[in-house]
Amino acid sequence: MSDTTTKVRASLKKRYAAEKRFRFYGITAIAASIGFLFILLFSIVSKGYPAFQSTFVKLDVQLDSATLGISETPTSAEMRAANFGGLIKQTMRERFPEVSSRGDKKALYQLISTGAEYQLYDEVAADPSLIDTTISLWLPTDDELSALIKSDADLSNPDSIVTRMSDKQIAWAKSLKDSGQLEVRFNRTFFTNGDSREPELAGIRAALMGSAFTLLITFALSFPIAVAAAIYLEEFAPQNRWTDVVEVNINNLAAVPSIVFGLLGLAVFINFFHLPRSAPVVGGIVLSLMTLPTIIISSRAALKAVPPSIREAARGLGASPLQVVTHHVLPLAMPGILTGTIIGLAQALGETAPLLMIGMVAFIVDIPASVTDAATVLPVQVFLWADSPERAFVEKTSAAIMVLLVFLVVMNALAVFLRKKFERRW
Amino acid sequence: MKKSVLLVGSAVLATAFAGNAAARDGISVVGSSTVYPFATVVAERFGKTTDFSTPKIESTGSGGGLKLFCSGIGVETPDITNASRRMKTSEYQMCQENGVTDIVEVLIGFDGIAVANSINAQQFDMGTKELYLALAKMVPNPDGSEALVENPYKQWSEINPDLPAIDIEVLGPPPTSGTRDAFAELAMEGGCKQFDFIKDMEDDDFKATCHTMREDGAFIEAGENDNLIVQKLEANPDAIGIFGFSFLEQNSDKVQSSIIDGHAADFDAIASGDYGISRPLYFYVKAQHIGTVPGIAEYLAEFTSEQAWGEDGYLADKGMIPLGDEQRAEVGAAVKSLQKLVLN
Repeated sequence: MSDTTTKVRASLKKRYAAEKRFRFYGITAIAASIGFLFILLFSIVSKGYPAFQSTFVKLDVQLDSATLGISETPTSAEMRAANFGGLIKQTMRERFPEVSSRGDKKALYQLISTGAEYQLYDEVAADPSLIDTTISLWLPTDDELSALIKSDADLSNPDSIVTRMSDKQIAWAKSLKDSGQLEVRFNRTFFTNGDSREPELAGIRAALMGSAFTLLITFALSFPIAVAAAIYLEEFAPQNRWTDVVEVNINNLAAVPSIVFGLLGLAVFINFFHLPRSAPVVGGIVLSLMTLPTIIISSRAALKAVPPSIREAARGLGASPLQVVTHHVLPLAMPGILTGTIIGLAQALGETAPLLMIGMVAFIVDIPASVTDAATVLPVQVFLWADSPERAFVEKTSAAIMVLLVFLVVMNALAVFLRKKFERRW
Repeated sequence: MKKSVLLVGSAVLATAFAGNAAARDGISVVGSSTVYPFATVVAERFGKTTDFSTPKIESTGSGGGLKLFCSGIGVETPDITNASRRMKTSEYQMCQENGVTDIVEVLIGFDGIAVANSINAQQFDMGTKELYLALAKMVPNPDGSEALVENPYKQWSEINPDLPAIDIEVLGPPPTSGTRDAFAELAMEGGCKQFDFIKDMEDDDFKATCHTMREDGAFIEAGENDNLIVQKLEANPDAIGIFGFSFLEQNSDKVQSSIIDGHAADFDAIASGDYGISRPLYFYVKAQHIGTVPGIAEYLAEFTSEQAWGEDGYLADKGMIPLGDEQRAEVGAAVKSLQKLVLN
């Protein structure tokens, strides 16, 4: 055995051990991150899943035109002003005739959501012939009652229940439940409504549409501009001091705090160009400024990764520089560019700080129908609900986070799909 | 494909720039995050029971809201701003300079600030004096001389032997919050004034002494989110929290109000003024926009209707303390006639 081999043999054990240790560190790191991810997901899902269900109460409502205060053929203004709330109160009083004192009555009315009167209005407005008949309807209950029923608590033993509801209210709830008038159902409202101050009526739709419109604008602006900039810088621009300055600036811009873009948006787009406040169009422009550097940098990297031999071959066969880019380099670089774009857009989806400056942190009930309507976005909705006093908004907050995560997963899946579709190996 | 994307992009921009000249069809409201939970209830009901679209409400803080409100006349400026304090003279001047001359002031009610701890712990019974001694950075020397020293108190029982012998640990809002301003003005100053030599100080010194919170860890700034404070109180029965009354009401099965100067923070005590730590809530309307932006007069009517701000109104259900009957009638009449606000 030579001298060197002895040395190698001696250190062999140590080197194997080092490798083993390194692998162990790697596995620990991955296990830790998976563990944290699971804790996060578990806490969100376990808190949020009740939000997808809500409790309804079945009431036989006698649509008495005298109580409603309307004529038999009401005008739309008459209908709007009709006393549907009073009608529901009357129905509840008839269901519990033993309730007589003013305070007790008030407590009784609290069991039904204010959404019930709006639902009643919708039913009657859609079919005025219902007036002066009796209809049987499933109406939304108040959030506290809903939480109580969903928790499956033992209603016959009010002392064991931690709730703000009084023992009387629990007894009424038990009576309703025993007669089969309470039912837990899928919460469709959550996906069809805009924001509301009543947790049982609050929905994610307005924020979801706001996010979609904002991202559409962001994509429509940032993608073409960023790709054009990247192609020019990578394929056509001469290497000189000026392009160096541009490059340094792009890299710097990628690290600028996002609130700065919000201030810029406020000063330029709202105060100077007089674009509307709180509109997805401004949000989209501001966020595209923020995502531009990310997409430019990743697009340049993707273009750089295309082997020079492909360019040379195309040139050799007589292609013009533009043809080389559009026919060969760009299609090959597309998967990388798309990945960068999706990362940039995902970042934009989760952004709240710049939107604060341009008025998108707002209470939006009406679903936005265009990019100039007032809107808010998903992360802002999460923030607003997390800050609300009503307890039932805790589950709404987690549910909104789940919707946001699904949105993200869909976006990423799309990116993976596109990449797989366009990917070419050489 | 890229060409079409470019086309769509430029088309979208073009419509956006062209569309901004058109009038707004919904009311735009900005302002205080304290008034936000109440204004949003009214806005929602207004949107559902009338043919007008639901007003858009931004939560910008009182100061930020007034700045936007006073920036001028026209559809790109807000129509209404909410505030958890009265408009300052300087803000009124700014409004006047920018052409916002017809302002209607509406006092809508009060918001209490609760001092509370976990329901599993002993209820505190103290005064603003004890609160000041527990929370201020500089307090009068405990030996009775008229000099200020760094706050020496570590336990509640050192301030008042009747209080429990646990470490002082108070969770409160950060300085950026309106709740903090109001707490400093109402509770801390209230306690301060009970020491004559501090009361006789110059204005600036008085403010510095009374408003500066201690920084040795006994007072913890817990962020703007009041729900977080409630959660922390639940987890730590020795801690005391400072937060808005509506959060106390919503969590009455978890936290209890402390008794301050003989009264716990409840609905009646705040309404009658017996519980001292409460502040007025306002909103301001740009009367010049009435007629330009549809629905402002109707929104005002809804807000000042008995079913909204009345004693049994839905705002009271959300935790706002309503005005007394007479005051309500007075403010209601002033709003109906769109009385112009004059501040000097």
